Parts: sequence; structure tokens; C-alpha cells
Amino acid sequence: MSEVALNGTTATTSAALSRASALNRLRLSDVVFRELTRVAIFAVLALLSGVILALIIGSVPALSAFGLSFVTTEVWNPVTEKFGALAPIYGTLVTSAIAMVIAVPVGLMVAFFLTQLCPLWLRRPIAIAIELLAGIPSIIYGIWGLFVFAPFLQKHIQPFLIDTFDGVPGLQDVFAGPPYGIGVLTAGFILAIMVLPFITAISRDVFDAVPPVLKEAAYGLGCTRWEVFKHVVLPFTRVGVIGGVMLGLGRALGETMAVTFVIGNAHTVSASILAPGTTISASIANEFTEAVGDLYTSSLIALGLILFVITFIVLAIARYMLLRLQQQGR
Amino acid sequence: MNMASTNMPAFSVPVAHAGVSMAGLSEKVSIRNLDFFYGDSRALKSINLALYANKTTAFIGPSGCGKSTLLRVLNRMYDLYPGQRATGEVMFDGENLLDPKVDINLLRARIGMVFQKPTPFPMSIYENIAFGIRLYERLPRAEIDARVESALRRAALWDEVKDKLDASGLGLSGGQQQRLCIARTVAVKPEVILFDEPCSALDPISTAKIEELIDELKQDYTIVIVTHNMQQAARVSDFTTFMYLGELVEFGVTEKIFTAPGDKRTQAYITGRFG
Repeated sequence: MSEVALNGTTATTSAALSRASALNRLRLSDVVFRELTRVAIFAVLALLSGVILALIIGSVPALSAFGLSFVTTEVWNPVTEKFGALAPIYGTLVTSAIAMVIAVPVGLMVAFFLTQLCPLWLRRPIAIAIELLAGIPSIIYGIWGLFVFAPFLQKHIQPFLIDTFDGVPGLQDVFAGPPYGIGVLTAGFILAIMVLPFITAISRDVFDAVPPVLKEAAYGLGCTRWEVFKHVVLPFTRVGVIGGVMLGLGRALGETMAVTFVIGNAHTVSASILAPGTTISASIANEFTEAVGDLYTSSLIALGLILFVITFIVLAIARYMLLRLQQQGR
Repeated sequence: MNMASTNMPAFSVPVAHAGVSMAGLSEKVSIRNLDFFYGDSRALKSINLALYANKTTAFIGPSGCGKSTLLRVLNRMYDLYPGQRATGEVMFDGENLLDPKVDINLLRARIGMVFQKPTPFPMSIYENIAFGIRLYERLPRAEIDARVESALRRAALWDEVKDKLDASGLGLSGGQQQRLCIARTVAVKPEVILFDEPCSALDPISTAKIEELIDELKQDYTIVIVTHNMQQAARVSDFTTFMYLGELVEFGVTEKIFTAPGDKRTQAYITGRFG
């Protein structure tokens, strides 16, 4: 009896010992892991603040030379070293706005179709096809836009727009001028195609989150699909949809390559969306190599800072919206 | 099991039963040879049943017996889902409502539904009711106000919400939300109201209120209620249908079903031996 008991005790003790050493080993790796994650997070934060700092320092010469008039001046003349950011800011905002006007309704309709109307077997192929749109490199959108899409617009769409709105007060100025093919509208179209997958993907997720019984209740009252979408699905998912739109907008604001190809790169503010223009990122990409002189470089960096601020605001709003969506909790 | 032998005596029960006068009964909905399929699986097997006007009919049976499926055939809710289909005949005021030509939105306005969980729409209490009215009628604001009030009064909710009609419907308690949904259904003036386990998410006091309401509503509407709660079926219904494995086992006057069931499966279920 006692031997057995003794054996039992030694077994327990040795087991406890080996467990303690194993624990020690684990504790060491745990500490290493914790420190590594901490380093990673600080590296990211340092990078972020480094970029912001570099942007601010780099743009000091331009901002001190032109002051607030930097953002209100249209002139961009490297020869006389007079720089104003109005045209790129205007171009960025207008192309993004055009992109949103097109992509939001289309994206929402695609998402509604995918979640509510689409036969099950067709759902995945369509969803994958749309996600593939997001995977196409922007340079490809650029060359396609320049060589295929812009000539098409020039030949068919733009003359039609000019003729249609000719004589309509207000709108005739928006669709004025010769059909160049490239220009603000073309850039807006390309951007719309590029942000469509973002808006569709997020809208699809939030539409899927609508409780089926709520939709059934609406159908049960005799609502049509449109009525269910407008009165129940959309109000229920409003916050999430806005978040998705904001993420798409953030992408549209910063998109460089495709826009640079098709916008025409003219530092002018034109009422007509058929006219060539420029955006912040397109200006920077185009002119950085030829920027001689500190003021020129600094003005381009200041453009970057402005873009950063605009995108930051948009993304902050998006995050806030999505956060509120999660807090609604269902 | 031969369906004819189970159904025939069931249908003759109301006539034979002394307690209920059959004189004033008219069939609002007549279900004939109804089969229902989820893809390839047959969920309802040749159902024959009559729902009488201004009476409450309860569907009881263990989970998966097809009672909710049967209810969802009546307003064609299954149409929303691919792969679900019904065959047979469901006559509603002389029209087969399974006919693809039937205007499904109008049908759902005439046959309203109240769900297991309260489903207020993400809008104000007032709008929850007015919304349904506006789908079918263009009325001046004052008339809509009156209709909203009368619907809320019918649902015994008016006194609790009259001072906060603009507040969100989502802010009400579960029982209030369910009465709001009943008011919303009533507001579009249906002829039949389908209740799909309307009290399963509610506390006993709210349940009592809803049951009281159902009892009052049957003066104006034909009512069908699916319930897991046999006491509830006994309390609120005039007729009871017992279903098992997709078959209609027994239909009859509620009192008869609960006191002297004709089928031994019905007896086993109501005495709690399975289900």
C-alpha cells in the first residue's frame, strides 16, 4: 500500500517538475512574442508619423511662400514659380464625385440583386467576377481607358452629351466644349469602375445581415421588391452602406495611375466635365521627375499633404460609420 | 397510412359535434390536395383542409411537421425562395391562390402575416403603420392619422404609444413590438391573418394580451395560428389541426381534439408523449 502511495507521489512530483520547465519555456517564447508585436506596432506608428512629418516639413516652403492662397489659386506655372492647388483639388473632388454618382447606385443594385434576387448558382460567379474587377492593376485601367474607352467616349458618348444638353441652362456649361475623349468625365467613369467592387462587396455583406424575417414581414404586407429595398433593407443598412461608399471614395480620391492616363493633365478649373483637368495624385505623378527648384518640389509635396488630409477625413468618417454599425449589434 | 381514412372522419367532426353550430360557417380558404416541396423533399403530403370565416384555426404538431410550411403557402411567402414549390389547390374567394397569375402583392395584403419574432421596420411607430396603408391607398394625411389610430387601438397599443408616435418602433418592448406588428397587419385591411407562433418570444403577460387580441380580431378576420403551446391552441382557437410528418392527421373542433382525439397520434401528442 505505502509503496504504491510513494510511487504515486514521486510520479506527481516529476510530472510537476517537467510541467514547470515546460511552462518556463513557454513563458520565454511568450515574452519574445509580446515584445515582437510591440515592436511591430511601434514601427507602424513611427512610419505613419514619419510620413506625416515629412509631408509637413516638405510643404513648409510652398505654404510659407503662398500661404492660404495656395489652395485658392488656379495658376500652376513652373516657369514663373507660381503655384496654386485649386485645379488639382477641384479635379480630385469632381472626378471622385462623378465616380460616386455612377458607382453607388450601380453597386447597390448589384448588391441587392446578388443578395435578394439572384438564383443561388449564379451568385458566386457574379460575386467573383466583380471582385476580379478590384484585382485588375490600375495601370491596365489606364491603358484601356486611354486607348479604348476614351476614343469610344469621344466618338459616341461625348458628342451625344454635348448635343443633348446644348441650350439647357446650367447643364450646357457642364457638358460644353469639343469632345476630347480624355478629360474629367472619362476619369470619373474609370474611377467608377474601379470603386464599384468595394461598394458592392460591403453593401452585399450588410444586405445579407438584414434578418430574413424582417424582409418577409415587408413582403408579407404586400411590398414589391423595390419597396422592400427602399423602405426596409436600405434604412436598416444605411450606416454600413455609407461606410462602404466612404471606403470607395477614399480609394477614388487617391487613385493615381489610371486617372493620370485619361484626365488630360491640364491645370485648369473648367465648368465642363468634358474638358481636361488634373487631380492631386495625377499632378504629383506627372511632374515629380521634372520638378526643378525647391519651391516646385515643395508645392508638389504640399499637394500630397492636402490629399492626405482629404483622404484621412473620408476614411475617418467611414471608420466611424462602420463602428456605429457594429455597436448597433444584432 | 391511408389519407382518406384519416381525413374523412376529421372533416365530418364539426358537423357531428353538438357544441358548435355549423349553420353560420362559410369556408374562407379551401385547401385541396396540397403538396409542398423544398427542392426534392416533400414537406406537405396531400393536405385537405378548410379554414372557416371569422373563426380561429390552430395548427399544432411537433417541430418539422409542416405547420409553418402550410401557413407560408397561404400567402405564398415561399415564392421568395428558389426551389420551393407547391402543387394542388388553395381556393380563396373562388380563386386558386397558387395560380402564378395571382397578383402576389395584392394577395399578401389580403392575407396578412404576423411572425414569430416581432419585426418592426426601422422607422417610427407611426410610419410602421402608415407605411403599409400608403402602399395601397393615397389618402390625405388626416385620414392616414385616423387609420393609424384605429389600427393601434385594434391592437390595444394606442394608449401606450399615443404620446410617442414619432419614436422608433425598435424602442418598444417585445410585447409592444408584436402588437405594433399586428396593428401594421390590420391597417392594410386584410381578410385573413396568419400568426406564426406569435407569442413564442414573449413573456406570459404579453402573451395573454396577444391572445385576448386574437380573440377580438376574429370578429372581423379569419385567423390561422401556428403554435407550439397546446394550452394556447386550446384557449384561442375554434378549430384545431394536428399535423405530423407533413400529413394532416386530424382536424376538428378544438374542444373535441383536446378532449376526445380521434387518432392515437393526436392523443399521444396532446398528452405530451412526444413532440
